Amino acid sequence: MEAGTTIVGNILHVVLPDSQFSNSFDAAALKADAVQLIDANEIKGVKYFLADGAAWNSQSLAVINGISKIATKKGVQSDLSEMPLGVSKILALSKSAASDVATKSGPSSFNLFEALGEQVIEAWRDVKETSSFLVDASRSFGRLFTGKAQYQRSDLSLFIQATGPQALIIVGVVNLLLGVILAFMGAVQLKLFGAEIFVADLVAFGHTREIAPMMTAIVIAGRTGAAYAAQLGTMQVNEEIDALKTFGFSPMDFLVLPRMLALALMMPLLVLYADALGIFGGYLIGVYTLDFGHMQYIVQTQNSIDLTDILYGVFKGLVFGILVAVIGCKEGLSSGRDASAVGDAATKAVVNGILAIIVATAIFSVLATALGI
Amino acid sequence: MTTSDTAISIQNMTMAYGDFVIQRDLNFDIRKGEIFIIMGDSGSGKSTLLKHMIGLKRPSSGTVLYDDMDFWAASESERKLASRRFGVLYQSGALWSVMTLAENIALPLRTYTDYSEKDITDIVALKLSLVGLAGFEGFYPSEISGGMKKRAGLARAMALDPEILFFDEPSAGLDPISAKRLDDLIIELRDGLGATIAIVTHELASIFAIGDRGVFVDADAKKQTALGKIDDLRNAPPNAKVAEFLNRSAPGST
Ligand SMILES: Nc1ncnc2c1ncn2[C@@H]1O[C@H](COP(=O)(O)OP(=O)(O)O)[C@@H](O)[C@H]1O
Ligand SMILES: [Mg+2]
Repeated sequence: MEAGTTIVGNILHVVLPDSQFSNSFDAAALKADAVQLIDANEIKGVKYFLADGAAWNSQSLAVINGISKIATKKGVQSDLSEMPLGVSKILALSKSAASDVATKSGPSSFNLFEALGEQVIEAWRDVKETSSFLVDASRSFGRLFTGKAQYQRSDLSLFIQATGPQALIIVGVVNLLLGVILAFMGAVQLKLFGAEIFVADLVAFGHTREIAPMMTAIVIAGRTGAAYAAQLGTMQVNEEIDALKTFGFSPMDFLVLPRMLALALMMPLLVLYADALGIFGGYLIGVYTLDFGHMQYIVQTQNSIDLTDILYGVFKGLVFGILVAVIGCKEGLSSGRDASAVGDAATKAVVNGILAIIVATAIFSVLATALGI
Repeated sequence: MTTSDTAISIQNMTMAYGDFVIQRDLNFDIRKGEIFIIMGDSGSGKSTLLKHMIGLKRPSSGTVLYDDMDFWAASESERKLASRRFGVLYQSGALWSVMTLAENIALPLRTYTDYSEKDITDIVALKLSLVGLAGFEGFYPSEISGGMKKRAGLARAMALDPEILFFDEPSAGLDPISAKRLDDLIIELRDGLGATIAIVTHELASIFAIGDRGVFVDADAKKQTALGKIDDLRNAPPNAKVAEFLNRSAPGST
């Protein structure tokens, strides 16, 4: 028997081809054909066959289902007697199996302004939540000094290890190269005025006050902020945080405090280290490509900055460190309870962390200018 | 029944996430020393109910009484103190993954007791041996199987000798033998410690093997639709859904 549709008496014969994983069979066309024949003729029933040597699969079932649905509406009977027994069994199951009521609405259409509005609202909520988290965290900090905070000292040293020593290479490389870039960039412009020696000033001043704290914090946001969010998010998924709470441990003291302390202790040191590497990068360019004397560059550097500049950068590092830790922990603790939520939390920790660093840098600049620091 | 045989009393409690109501007007008592089963279809709010009883989530209305203490009306520090009297075994075990099994059990002991380190080591070893994990002190949660995690979680839940133990689906994800072992352990603990036990489960074998009484929360009706002795509920189910649940038969059929 050939695949296709024929009318025998007042019965429509639908012969299904062998469709196993091949595109040679146009299911839609066969179905349209059959439906059109049912419409156009005085059909009393539809009888299904398999083409010679053909096997059936889900596609055959879908075709039968599609045709018979329309046929039933018109009061036309389906006859599966020539089909293998499995076909009628499976079709019967698909009709009888109790189905849960699906109520999920489809994806709503995208509206630029709505999306924008939602993002603004969400951003504002983030700011509020993070601020109140910061307040809670500082309370926990207070409990640390009254000796009431419960946390594990061993955790603290572990976090210090992970944020400090283990970050040295990446922070070093980034800051060395930033010193190099700053020196090159400055040299091109300062050459126009014959003031190339001020490259040393630019590097020392710019790096210690702005670049080193900001870029170090950004590196740490990507490294440590994300790690904190992922750690706490995973604990959330595992119900570990619930378990802490039921034993009366405050997640703030137990989890956030040591992480915040570790970054608050390490960031100032990292910034000092970043200062040194950045200036060293500038020195390499100054001495080896701009041909300044070794001592000349050093003296120029010494004259360009004083302790205030260094402390200003270090203090910013401290603030950024606390921001990164708080945002990372907040995102982790408010993470959803499945694996993809942990990924989202880590992403949010990095994005919000970097945003906070840049906003804080801007605020610092305004304040420093106003106060003449 | 006098108050003194009641360990926990749930009165007119409504639970909701935001505006989304999960269950309305729950009313039941858990008696001292019994194994009380919380049943219901999935998504009906069984875990949520447990969270309300152990202090993780505040009811949107109604009360949770422990003996005569209104749990959610009490101050946070009173609540913390009260919660030291119960132990919780979470669905996934919820062992603290950065600590060894010994440290997991020792942490509450170190925090809330004045025992010496030596005593704590001995207590930890005892608790681990109670759940058949003697010698596993130095293992991290990631190094043991799912069934062992649950048992270790149970050892930790018992760290402070609780009067009430809560279990969220203890046998979910366990093979039949481990599940049976856990059931036996639960009964022995009840008999040995005289603890009150509240269990969320839909494992029929467990329900009939260990349950004294239970409540059924219905996801569609959003309220409790059955309460009483497990045997009574099975023999004379108050409604078709409970009959279906406890007898594994379609409603209407026999
Ligand atoms: N944190 C949450 N926020 C909002 N809805 C939740 C949350 N947790 C659970 N739910 C919802 O509450 C209902 C009951 O959940 P749950 O208590 O976990 O059910 P069960 O344990 O009976 O399967 C479900 O519809 C679930 O989607
Ligand atoms: Mg649950």
